[in-house]
Amino acid sequence: MSLTILNVLAAVVAAIAFAALNAAYLVWAERRGAGRIQRRPGPNVNGPFGLLQPPCDGIKLMTKQLMIPGGADKALFMVAPVLTMIPAIASFVTIPFSNTIVAHSMNVGVLMVIGFASLGGMAILFAGWGSRNKYSVMASVRSVSQAISYEVPLFITALTVVLITGTLNLHEMASIQAGGFWNWNITPSLSSPLMPVSFLIFFICILAETNRAPFDLGEAESELVAGFHTEYGSMGFGLFFMAEYAHIVIGTSLITILFLGGWGCPFGLYPGVWWFLIKIYFLIFSFILIRWTFPRTTIYGLLNLSWKVLIPITLFNLLLTAGLLKVF
Amino acid sequence: MNPTDASGILGFLTADGFAGYGDAAVGIVFLFSLTITIIGGFMACNAERLVRAVAGLALCFIGIATIYYFLNSPLLSMMQLLIYVGAVCITIAFAVMLAAPEDDRKHGPANALGGPLGLITAGLITFALIGLAVNTSFDVLPKENMGTAKQIGIELLTTYAVLFKLISVVLLIAIIGALIIARQGRSK
Repeated sequence: MSLTILNVLAAVVAAIAFAALNAAYLVWAERRGAGRIQRRPGPNVNGPFGLLQPPCDGIKLMTKQLMIPGGADKALFMVAPVLTMIPAIASFVTIPFSNTIVAHSMNVGVLMVIGFASLGGMAILFAGWGSRNKYSVMASVRSVSQAISYEVPLFITALTVVLITGTLNLHEMASIQAGGFWNWNITPSLSSPLMPVSFLIFFICILAETNRAPFDLGEAESELVAGFHTEYGSMGFGLFFMAEYAHIVIGTSLITILFLGGWGCPFGLYPGVWWFLIKIYFLIFSFILIRWTFPRTTIYGLLNLSWKVLIPITLFNLLLTAGLLKVF
Repeated sequence: MNPTDASGILGFLTADGFAGYGDAAVGIVFLFSLTITIIGGFMACNAERLVRAVAGLALCFIGIATIYYFLNSPLLSMMQLLIYVGAVCITIAFAVMLAAPEDDRKHGPANALGGPLGLITAGLITFALIGLAVNTSFDVLPKENMGTAKQIGIELLTTYAVLFKLISVVLLIAIIGALIIARQGRSK
């Protein structure tokens, strides 16, 4: 496998382009979906079906003046949006879109995605603290405490899958599930009877990790204005917005690889990158549907759900799987 | 396709992957990691605002993670990122936010250890470390394992089983301590 600096640059550009394109058009999809659910048209003026809306929004955000509130910590304020985007781009490096389309198949792929995701917490804290705004600080503390709480069941569920597949490599993990729906990790087997439950918990945790409704306590508009990015305008806000959607793409990719067989077809036909994309966009569609269907919970209800319900279940599931793997 | 960590797009960042590019390139990547670590350390020690000190600490930990990756230990590198940046730094940042407001902070020398005594201590430690570095002969040892998760797990549960148990006891004590403090806080 020969490689040059050019290969690396190509991979980086492809990752950034994929993330940016997804971020832009997922915003459009979300606004159209929200419109449909709320019985209004949504953005439909610019271009056919409003498809030119994202570039227009981008131009608007980029030409706006970058405002820094007085008394704010300038360095932290400027670093935070960049820091939230870096893990989102970096995680694309190890995600296998198909058997051949993967930038770098790391042996510790799962750990890398989760490790880089944990950097996002620092960015949110810096953004909240750097803004010198009490709503921002409160929102960032909420967001991070939520992220930390839901990381625990997320890790334990991922560990259960690692136990079953016996590898930390995302590419191998998806390869093992090749050959149809009954081989996917979501289907219960003799050694892992609770896999559908694991899938559900993982789905909930990804929903919470990406700060999506009904877990969007960090930006509860009625309580905290706009959350930790209240003070951000122009492209600073744009980066936070893009990062949120990039995180969603990475989260759904992780669900797809861990539970839904990666690039495999449910009937074992024509495996390839198209199945991967179909799966992640189906999951993203369900994210959008959930956001505009369910009301927001309270912060205590949210934390209680993680510590008192999800973590005991995932721990029990881990022990059960480990025991059954030893027996069978 | 047999994926390994010393090949692929990011493989060139490890010492093995860089071997083809000559010693100079290896040195540049190593120096880059080292510079990040040292800059982070200075930021952590010299920042006027506590939050910036935490940011410096996070940068320092990221630098150490890159050094681990450079040394062909991706598992340790990712663990460093996950535990030290993702958990330890965030916990410290929470503690800083709960501490006294920034405007009330004290200026000037903190205590006896911060003045001449601190300088002497730092000098002695530096002197000792330099002596250690100069007098040690750095032999290139044969590669024992690839630093994989499996190998590290086997070593932890066989050769280093006692240390592993001791660490879990320390963590258990920390958890119990935290629980006791939290209980007292609630009854007040």
